Amino acid sequence: MSDATIPATPALPRPWRIGHGAFWLGSAAVALLLIAALRAFGSEYAYFAATFVLQYVVLATAWNILGGYAGYVNFGAAAFFAAGAYTTVAIGKALGLSLLPCIAFAAVVGGALGLGTGILTLRLRGAYFAIATLCLSVVLQTIVVNWSYVGGSRGAYVIRPRDVPWPFDSYSGFLCAVMVVLAAASIAVARSIEKSRLGLGLAALRDDEAAAEAAGVPTLRLKLVATTISGAMMAVAGAPLPLLGSYVEPNSAFGLAYAVNAIAMPLIGGTGSWAGPLIGAVLLASLQQAATVTISSAANLMIVGVVLVVFVCAAPHGIIGLFRRRA
Amino acid sequence: MQSLSRRDLGRAALAATAAATVPATARAQAAPSGPPIRIGYSMSLSGGLAGNGRPALLAHRIWAEEVNSKGGLLGRPVELVNYDDQSTGAQVPGIYTKLIDVDKVDLVISGYATAIIAPAMPIVMQRNMAFVSLFGTGVNNDFKYDRYFSINPTGSQVKETFAKGFMDIAMAMDPKPRSIALVNLDSDFHQRTAESARFLARQHGLRVVYDRAYPPSTVDFAPIIRAVQAARPDIVFVGSYPPDTAGLLRAASELRVNFQMMGGPMIGPHITAQKLQLGPILNNLVVWDVYAPEPTLQFPGTQALIERYQPLAAKEGTDALGHYVPPLAYAQMQVLEQAVRRVGRIDQAALAADMHANGFDTVIGPLRFDALGEWTEERNLYTQYQGVQGNGIDQFRKAGTQVILYPQRYKSGDLRKPYTAGA
Amino acid sequence: MDPDLALLLNGIVSGLLLGGLYAAAAAGLSVSFGMLDVVNIAHPAFMVLGALLVALLWAATGLDPLLLSVLLTPAFWALGAAIYVVYHHFFERRGDEAIQGLAFFFGVMFIIEVGLVLAIGPEQHFADAAYASTTWRLGEIDLPLRMLVPALVSFAAIGALVLFLRRTFTGRAIAAVAQDREALRLLAIDPVRIKRLAFGISIATAALAGGALVVVQPVDAWSGHVFIGRIFAVVIMGGLSSLGGCVLAALAFGVVENVTATFYGPSWSPAVAFGCLLLVLAVRPQGFFGRAA
Repeated sequence: MSDATIPATPALPRPWRIGHGAFWLGSAAVALLLIAALRAFGSEYAYFAATFVLQYVVLATAWNILGGYAGYVNFGAAAFFAAGAYTTVAIGKALGLSLLPCIAFAAVVGGALGLGTGILTLRLRGAYFAIATLCLSVVLQTIVVNWSYVGGSRGAYVIRPRDVPWPFDSYSGFLCAVMVVLAAASIAVARSIEKSRLGLGLAALRDDEAAAEAAGVPTLRLKLVATTISGAMMAVAGAPLPLLGSYVEPNSAFGLAYAVNAIAMPLIGGTGSWAGPLIGAVLLASLQQAATVTISSAANLMIVGVVLVVFVCAAPHGIIGLFRRRA
Repeated sequence: MQSLSRRDLGRAALAATAAATVPATARAQAAPSGPPIRIGYSMSLSGGLAGNGRPALLAHRIWAEEVNSKGGLLGRPVELVNYDDQSTGAQVPGIYTKLIDVDKVDLVISGYATAIIAPAMPIVMQRNMAFVSLFGTGVNNDFKYDRYFSINPTGSQVKETFAKGFMDIAMAMDPKPRSIALVNLDSDFHQRTAESARFLARQHGLRVVYDRAYPPSTVDFAPIIRAVQAARPDIVFVGSYPPDTAGLLRAASELRVNFQMMGGPMIGPHITAQKLQLGPILNNLVVWDVYAPEPTLQFPGTQALIERYQPLAAKEGTDALGHYVPPLAYAQMQVLEQAVRRVGRIDQAALAADMHANGFDTVIGPLRFDALGEWTEERNLYTQYQGVQGNGIDQFRKAGTQVILYPQRYKSGDLRKPYTAGA
Repeated sequence: MDPDLALLLNGIVSGLLLGGLYAAAAAGLSVSFGMLDVVNIAHPAFMVLGALLVALLWAATGLDPLLLSVLLTPAFWALGAAIYVVYHHFFERRGDEAIQGLAFFFGVMFIIEVGLVLAIGPEQHFADAAYASTTWRLGEIDLPLRMLVPALVSFAAIGALVLFLRRTFTGRAIAAVAQDREALRLLAIDPVRIKRLAFGISIATAALAGGALVVVQPVDAWSGHVFIGRIFAVVIMGGLSSLGGCVLAALAFGVVENVTATFYGPSWSPAVAFGCLLLVLAVRPQGFFGRAA
């Protein structure tokens, strides 16, 4: 019981006291710098690898809003992610819109889905909630498989537009820049939530829902807000997927890898703050991407498993937790 | 159209035998030198597609060793650069950008199956590289890339031709069948095959008494077979993948089905382990296939490949017989090899032009590509397992166990009916 | 008999047999998740591990797969006990088992699956029981032994487990640990020891379920994935800690799936089954057979 006496989050020293506006400006600046750096690097592979990693940054950050701040474990991250991807497919096909408006639609669809999940699972806590989201994933996948307009189980082809938006040299560069912006925005959103009354309320939910309710925290409303925001952001993470591979099919869009990574990344980084999912996602996604093109055998999936087990055992509060304890 | 292309094919077959006898003896066996020609691709070595990805990779390696032992390609050694895509399409774009940008490969080919080929297309198209794919169906219908070439015997007119062999065999039965049941896995390939069967059934005036898809997560197949039985069809056309094929056929055996004819693209007995497990249940099943060890279907190099493959497969523990993917994977490399030799240099535009203009002689026979990169003449085989006894492997090595019923030019046996699932 | 009635009866019977397989897979989870509050999402992976070991042993010895799986249970019990020791040391003792523990088992699942691929390859493996090609018939109703024998074995095993939990002191202690840990301490029983024992039992049932699975269908390293959702659904519908409820829920799940597949086509059967679970969760989260909280 000795470890448990060290409180996880409340005792953290807060060296940075930056306002919301400043943080948003800061992330925008970092995003611009990153885009410029990648543009200067100019390798298609760098674009791809960065897009791959950043997509997980968005997904992990989104998952953490519900899973880390409020303590509700969502096993269905893949469902929201795929909902975003399929929104792009459907809207692109129906209205012929380009990626950016599709991302907006994906946010709406993901938000609605999150709200629906929240309403349906109002009474569920802990593992029940997790299983319910897992079921949601199965039901949603069955619906997509039986919906022939978006290709059904055949999958859908989404051909990249021929003209590349100014000032990018290739469509991969454009996708990468979009992903940088989405990642910066999602981190800023997460940080704003964390430092606001909403974040405090969610933390109260996580620590003791009954006590929070008794203390007058509007738990139901907070939970619905969190599921909606988290769902919308996860869908946004998935929205560029069809253009990344030009082809989506339900098995890969609903793949277990997304659900696992969405949980593993915040846990490895640390669930208490916005920096945790960022660190976890960058670390784990880069590791996976590097392993794919170096070790390149079944062993590279092993990495995810081993890293996850080692971290949850040895560093229960993630990498952030390690540094805090030492500090 | 049919007769014309068949004549073409005959001519090509003649050329094949002529071509194959000359170079093997004539070429000097100089050791290859200079920087290697690097051929890059992703391959599924883990995940759901690995059962076919590993044999494909083994066939590629056999090809590379053979080429290198015979003086290499354009005098240079060939080198295979491949990464495991974990059977996940999302890994594929990264692998191909890495191959092209960082590894600077000279040539690219595809990994195994549509889900892996399609995500590679935009990357390959952006670099205007020639792309020979393996077991993709209809990948190029949307991209319309003029440097795409498909190693898949189904050709481009899948709807009109895929189930034609099955229907022709069925309609030649006496008495003629009047009704058909269609069962298929809800997947890309099997939606196309079922569509073909549906289309041709209508043309033949067959009544479709059952027509349903089942999801990949199905565990128990008895309800499906039972519902099919209740619909009382004369013939049954099934599209399935390995785990389900075993489930469907065992359910058929347990429910003592009796259909005049049953089969279709039931991918399953193509894999050796499943051949052995099902044993006599396979008797009289009419299965779509790409190769069968029959005397009517021998091309230069086929037997040699199988004989090279089997001991290596035993060592590595992959598919023991190698009758399904390896010949096609080897042919994939042969197409690339022959085009490079004819062009005489690595020039993507010239390679693609050559592939469009000329035919190829491969271990799966002569072939030629159309404008979309599919085979100008499909070669869907319909085979029937006959006289399978017990679960031994040797009976599947020899001719006469899996006879070819269609097409006529490779026919090696006659239809036996009915299908009773081993009873 | 009216053909539609025969179809319906056969759909129900085959659903019950399928339910037997689900019950075997879910029983262990009912112990670990229901009674011990250990969310072992790797349970199906242990089942697949058992199935593949049975397949390998069957290829080597030719013994009956279900017999082999029974022989494997002690080894699996030890494995389960060892995993519980790790789990307890790192999570329960610290008191953050909820999310971290879940992630731990996610990692264990990955390690098992990839380890299997590295060790024996991605191909499918199978084991044939001597009775696998026999089918009994009662009038128009088919009872394939391939499904019937595993179902009966799993019911027998679950029955024995229920007796053990009801009749023996240790068994009652396991049931008690689910309800009140401190009370156990007062009785001078070490709850950790009891939970270790119980978790071992839950993994041992996974070996049995693996034997049943490999009789029913060929198995590869990823065969467990289709079971994750299903067995959690079964355990929750059954009301968590009730093994009887778990069996009934498994049977209901199998029947719903198979009757849907028979009459409305198989493509909707997963959605119907999981839709039912979502409804159960929304309306009656304690499950059909659970106690109200």
